[in-house]
Amino acid sequence: MFTYYLRLAFKSIKRNPILSALMITAIGLGIGASMTTVTVNYLMSANPIPHKSEQLFYVQLDSWSQFEPAREPNEPPDQITWTEATNLMQAKQAFRQTAMASTGGVIEPTGQDDKPFMASIRLAFSDFFPMFDAPFLFGNGWSENNDTNRDYVVVISKATNERVFGGENSVGRTIRIVGENFRVVGVLDDWVLVPRFYDVTTGAFDETEEVFMPFYMKQELELSNGGNTNCWKSPEGEGFIAFLQSECVNYQMWVELRDQNEKDQYMDFLNNYVNEQKALGRFARPLNNRLSNVMEWMEIEEVVADDAQIMMWVSFMFLLVCLLNTIGLLLAKFTGKASEIGLRRAVGASKTDLFIQHLVETACIGVAGGILGLGLAFLGLEGIKSLYGEFVQNLVGLDFTMMASAILLALVSSILAGMYPTWRACNIAPASQLKSQ
Amino acid sequence: MLTMTEVKKIFRTDLVETHALRDFNLQVDEGEFVAVTGPSGSGKTTFLNIAGLLETFEGGKYELDGQDVSRLNDKKRSQLRNEKIGFIFQSFNLIPDLNLFDNVDVPLRYRGFKGAERKKRIEESLELVGLANRMKHLPSQLSGGQQQRVAIARALAGNPRFLLADEPTGNLDSKMALSVLELLKQINDQGTTIVMVTHDQHLATQAKRNIYVRDGRVSELSELTDINEINLHQAANG
Repeated sequence: MFTYYLRLAFKSIKRNPILSALMITAIGLGIGASMTTVTVNYLMSANPIPHKSEQLFYVQLDSWSQFEPAREPNEPPDQITWTEATNLMQAKQAFRQTAMASTGGVIEPTGQDDKPFMASIRLAFSDFFPMFDAPFLFGNGWSENNDTNRDYVVVISKATNERVFGGENSVGRTIRIVGENFRVVGVLDDWVLVPRFYDVTTGAFDETEEVFMPFYMKQELELSNGGNTNCWKSPEGEGFIAFLQSECVNYQMWVELRDQNEKDQYMDFLNNYVNEQKALGRFARPLNNRLSNVMEWMEIEEVVADDAQIMMWVSFMFLLVCLLNTIGLLLAKFTGKASEIGLRRAVGASKTDLFIQHLVETACIGVAGGILGLGLAFLGLEGIKSLYGEFVQNLVGLDFTMMASAILLALVSSILAGMYPTWRACNIAPASQLKSQ
Repeated sequence: MLTMTEVKKIFRTDLVETHALRDFNLQVDEGEFVAVTGPSGSGKTTFLNIAGLLETFEGGKYELDGQDVSRLNDKKRSQLRNEKIGFIFQSFNLIPDLNLFDNVDVPLRYRGFKGAERKKRIEESLELVGLANRMKHLPSQLSGGQQQRVAIARALAGNPRFLLADEPTGNLDSKMALSVLELLKQINDQGTTIVMVTHDQHLATQAKRNIYVRDGRVSELSELTDINEINLHQAANG
C-alpha cells in the first residue's frame, strides 16, 4: 500500500501545484533558517577530538590577586604565568604535557623572487604533536631533547611548506624565521580543528598555526606575546626577563591523563605545587586549581557564543511559524479533498488507511521542503561566509550529518504539522460529502 | 440479507432535533431489486447511508448478512463495506485525476488484492459496462452516462452482494438513465441485490419491489406498478 500512497501523494501534489509549492516553500524557509543556525552551533560545539577528549585536560591555577578573582564568581585565570608553565613542565608529572603560547614572526623564503611574509607561530613542547594527534605529511615532531637543548627546529604547516619549499619534502632543510635559521623536522598535513580547542583564548575558530617551534624559543629569541596577556599586578622591573618573571598570564597548559587515578594524582601534585608557592609568598588566594577536559573547557570558555544560540532559537521560532502556516495550508488542501475522502470511506477505506495516506502525502511535502531547506541553508552559510570572511571558513559547511538532520527535521516537522489536518480529514462524515458533491 | 428493526436516527443541532428515521423496519432478501421513493426529507438517503454503514443510528437493530453491525468498530465497518457493499451515487463521485482503471481500482486496493487479481477484476468490470477500451481516459473525457457506468464498474469490481444506488440517474438525461437502469437490471439478474433510492417514479416501477418512505417510516408499494396508482396511494396516506 505504501507505493500506492506515494503515487496518490504525487498526484495530489500535482493537482494543487500552487498550494503545494506554498507549503514546500514554507517548510523550506523554516528548515533553511534553522539548519543554517543549527549548523553553525553544531560545528561550534562539536567535539574536535572525540576519541581522547576525556583524557586531555586544561590546567588552571589560581595565581590571581587575593582581593578579587580573575573572573566572577571565583574563577581562576584562563592562562598561567611563565613561571608556572616552566615549573609544571620541568616537574613532568603527567603522562604527556605541553605548555604553549602563540606568537608571530617573519619567514624569509630562500628564493630570490619570494617575498618575506608574516606567519603565526605556536610555541609548544614535543608532546604537543602526539597529544593532539597532529597529522604529519613528512617527518615528525621534535624530540624532548630538542626542547631541553633549545634546538632550532620547527614543524611547518602544509601551506607554509608549499609556499616556501614548493610542496617538496622539506624535512632536514633550513627555513629562516624571525631572523634565525631553523631545521625543518616535520611538515603537517591538512589539519582543520573546529574549534581549535588547544587555544581558545584568542580565536576558537582560527586556523592552526603556520609554524610550530619549541617553547623555550620564546625566551631564547625574546619573541613577542601573542593572544591575551592579563596581569593583576605590574611586572617588577623593565625588560623581557622581568615580564617573564611577572604574574602576567599568557601561557596555556595541557596535560594528558589516561584515567581517573592519574587525574587525581595530578590534581594532588597541582595542589602541592601551589602550597609550595604559597610558602614562597605567592598564590594568595585559597586553593582553586582546575583540570577541565576538552568539552568542559569549551563550555567554560563559552566557545559557542550566546548570540549564535539566540539566533538558533529565533530560527526555530521561525520554523514554528512556517509550520503553523503549513497547517493552515494543509487544512485548506484536505478540505478540498473532502469528497474524495468521503468516496474512499464509502468504498472501504478505514480511518487508519486515510490517516496513513495523508501522512505519506504530508511527509512527501516535508521531504521536498527539506531538500529546498538544504539549498537555502547552503545559501545561508555562503552568506555567513561572505559576511564574516575568512575566519569562519572552517565553521560553515554542511556535512552528511547535517544534511540528514535537515531532511529528518523537515520530515518530523511536516508530519507533526500534518497530524491535525490529517485527523480532521479522516473524521470527515462521508455521507455528507457524497451527497453534496 | 438486510434487516432493519425499529431503527431510529436523530440529527441534532443546538436548537433542533430532527427525527430522520422513526422505528424504521425493512427486510431486503437476497436477489431483490428494491426501489425506495418518497418526498424530499423523508429519510430515504439517511436509510441508504445507514444501510451502507456510512452513518450510525441511535436505536433498533440492523443486521447485514446475518451480522449485527451496531457494535462494529470503524475498521470492521470499513471492511464489511468494502467486501459486501457497492455504492452508486447521483454525482458519480469519480476521482478526477485518476483514469478509469485507477478509479475502479480504489475499492480493490483496500481489499488487499494482488496486482494481477486487481487488473483482472478491473478489466472485467469495465468490460461489463462497455468501457474496456477507455481504461486510460480521465473521467472528464467521458459523458455523464459513461461516468455513471464507470461508477457502476467500481461498485461491482469487488463483487459485492449488495448494491446501494442513490439517485443513480439523477444527473442523466432520459436516454442515458434508461441505459443505466438496464445495466442495473442486468446486474440484478446476475444475483446482486440492489437497493435504489430515486425520485423518478417511472424508474421505481422498473424495480421488482417498491417501498415508500415518509416521515422516516416505510410503506410497501410492491403491488403497485403504475404511476397513477402510486400517486393515489400517496394521496390516500395523506
